[in-house]
Amino acid sequence: MEFFQNLAADFVNQFEMTFITEQRYMLFLNGLKTTLLITLAAAMLGIVLGFCIAYVRTTHDRTGKLGFLNLLCKLYLTVIRGTPTMIQLLIMYFIIFGSVKIDKVPVAILAFGINSGAYVAEIFRSGIMSISPGQMEAARSLGLNYTQATWKVILPQAVKNVLPALGNEMIVLLKETSISGYIALQDLTKAGDIVRSRTYSPFFPYISVALIYLVIVMLMERLLNIMEGRLAQSDR
Amino acid sequence: MTDKILEVRGLKKTYGGEKKRGFKGLTPKLDVLKGIDIDIYRGDVVCLIGPSGCGKSTFLRCLNRLEVPTDGKILFEGTEVNEAHIDQLRQKMGMVFQHFNLFPHMTVKENLCMAPVLLKLKDRPAAEKRAEELLERVGLSDKANVYPASLSGGQQQRIAIARALAMDPDVILFDEPTSALDPEMVGEVLELMKELAHTGITMLVVTHEMGFAREVSNRVIFIDEGRIQEDEPPEELFSNPKNPRLKAFLSKML
Repeated sequence: MEFFQNLAADFVNQFEMTFITEQRYMLFLNGLKTTLLITLAAAMLGIVLGFCIAYVRTTHDRTGKLGFLNLLCKLYLTVIRGTPTMIQLLIMYFIIFGSVKIDKVPVAILAFGINSGAYVAEIFRSGIMSISPGQMEAARSLGLNYTQATWKVILPQAVKNVLPALGNEMIVLLKETSISGYIALQDLTKAGDIVRSRTYSPFFPYISVALIYLVIVMLMERLLNIMEGRLAQSDR
Repeated sequence: MTDKILEVRGLKKTYGGEKKRGFKGLTPKLDVLKGIDIDIYRGDVVCLIGPSGCGKSTFLRCLNRLEVPTDGKILFEGTEVNEAHIDQLRQKMGMVFQHFNLFPHMTVKENLCMAPVLLKLKDRPAAEKRAEELLERVGLSDKANVYPASLSGGQQQRIAIARALAMDPDVILFDEPTSALDPEMVGEVLELMKELAHTGITMLVVTHEMGFAREVSNRVIFIDEGRIQEDEPPEELFSNPKNPRLKAFLSKML
């Protein structure tokens, strides 16, 4: 009995130390805000970038145009996918923006957005290629030009097909931002780390951080399910 | 019947002979069309028959440039079919595919309205009115607001025909319109095409349905080895075949 009482007391004590003392919950809260901001902005940048690249690459494959742009895109894909995200983040902060005084959040957004764009590009490309050539032919046979056919017929179907993979990439992106601490950015992970270094007790801070990530990911999955359900109305 | 709608001269199509990823050197060459000359007149209902691989589908697809010809000249209503005005020309040259190729993310009605509205040929109310008329005509008025996935093959093909008609084309190209259908659905599509033929619209039909060719067309063209071997009215061609290749082909078909 006494054992459980001690355990409960210890739990309360640990909780207080982690969250209440010195208003440490503010650390977690601000960290969470930073993480969400970086993820959201990087995701948007990545999707825009990825979409453009996929468009260039498939247009080149199908019409033979945009040769130079296609080459640039391929180079980008090779470099970004061929190097670790963390190195890209460090290069972005310490080399590219090394000599200017700049807020770290935009730097992280840029680094993660450019990184994610490469993966999103391939996701979109596989989606566009998954649409049968007959769809393009049918649209063109009605007199639509290539651009009209792509936007009206191919892309709506492609986006629907890639939604699960795209959601997956967004989840990966959210968790990838946890390396932001390497440029001394106080994101959610870093907040947990700071608290651990003050309290010398790793359990509560790290488990809490893990749970917060988990909850966000579950929310994202939920959102994705709703979107997929909406787009599935044309299925049998 | 002197109003020439399509004029084809020396049409050739060769596949391969080009550089391609995953191939050492050039891809193997295949001459599919070896020089086709033909005139199609307004109101013609032409059936193209021939053994598989003879080039009849390729010929049809060259007419609206879904395949780019290797050589030769095609005139549609006096205008040369080339990359320059292809989108305008296609508006007047409908096509019906073997695999229907309806747009699965749009309702049936939207399938019919999309192109006329997007290309500013009609405003939306006019396009919708026309779509309803056409659906009535193909007997599928009740399906206006469903998605293609819920329709049978025969129904989808009838919608595809309506979609081609929604552009008010002068010619419709049919590329084996019944080959992907279950046998019991072939009839409904052929029936619709027969009705269509009686309206006087120009039709080119690649088909294996000899009964349809015999009954509905006014010209049957037999293609083999990339060339037109026969171009005759159906009675003549079916009852009195002279060409030995045609004889052999018909004996296998009938």
